[in-house]
Amino acid sequence: MSVATPLLVAPSTLLAGAAVLGAGTYASRLAGTVLRTRVRLPPQLEKLVNRGVVVLLAALVGVAALIEGAQFAGPARVVGVAVGGLLAWRKAPFVLVVPAAALTAAGLRLLGIR
Amino acid sequence: MTNEYRAFIISVMRSLRQSLSPGRFRDIVLVGAATLLVGASFGAIAIGAGLPGYLPSLLSVVVFAGAAQFLFVGIIAAGGSPLAATVAGLVVNLRHLPFGLTIGDVFGNRWRGRIFGSYLMSDETVAFTLAEFTPAARRAAYWICGSVLFVSWNLGVVIGSFGGAFLDDPAILGLDAAFPAVLLALILPSLRDDAMVRRCAVVGVVLAVASAPFLPAGLPVLLALAGLLAGVRRTPAALPDGPGR
Repeated sequence: MSVATPLLVAPSTLLAGAAVLGAGTYASRLAGTVLRTRVRLPPQLEKLVNRGVVVLLAALVGVAALIEGAQFAGPARVVGVAVGGLLAWRKAPFVLVVPAAALTAAGLRLLGIR
Repeated sequence: MTNEYRAFIISVMRSLRQSLSPGRFRDIVLVGAATLLVGASFGAIAIGAGLPGYLPSLLSVVVFAGAAQFLFVGIIAAGGSPLAATVAGLVVNLRHLPFGLTIGDVFGNRWRGRIFGSYLMSDETVAFTLAEFTPAARRAAYWICGSVLFVSWNLGVVIGSFGGAFLDDPAILGLDAAFPAVLLALILPSLRDDAMVRRCAVVGVVLAVASAPFLPAGLPVLLALAGLLAGVRRTPAALPDGPGR
């Protein structure tokens, strides 16, 4: 049921999609915060959940650094993230980490390394 | 808005601001600036794909989740169905549920805080919250980062949607490398301090990256939770373990 060009999608369909996506996203956000007031997690399980969030964030970093769509994101981005990560590991401040990651990736691309 | 109400808001903002170190506040502002640029590129990309001018801003207010918004617009721009785009975005955003379980304490016991605060949840805001250790600092990090990113993201999207395509590719500025680096920098202390978290994270990242080419977006990151098994097997329940985090 795909459409040839985006302009053929009826505005009402787009609005409905946006509304459903917004409502579902909000439900995901609220569910966790409400759930934790309803059930008292045993400390062991709470620790596991906290650990799980670090694992989720680490996985986001890994996928965002390495993958674009279903393919390798290219060396420029990977090296950029690595430079930022290395600086952070050396406890450099954000004002250094963030521009260093961005400028490394952008600089490599200027050099033709995608 | 009455004057008393405005004074109340200002005093709340001031007390939140004081609970956060000046360095942290600056970090959040920096991430806000980068978020504005990515928002601008989102707006420009969506308009460039032929979507109506109001849609990027509408999505940003209603959904307020960058990755899902890019995916939604990307699928529709590529000729996919709005239904597929919606489902894909919902899957990507499922990760917010465990986020809420962990950082829900910042909302206290008030429903108002929970209802509005949940709306501001994002990867960066959660990571900034996790990087603080006292309840006051966690609360401040969440609300300040959430508000700053909400304003900067939406402002950026409006600029990108109506200001012409001055930045239609975040890769030109290397912003695609900046955001993973931000999250990495924020979780590094947890990874550094705790060998168990580190082991689970390594297994999780390998699972996520290895499955990313084959699974729909969002699922690889959720699959990473299986990395927790790398920790469970090795922690006997009897192990005395201090007031851990």
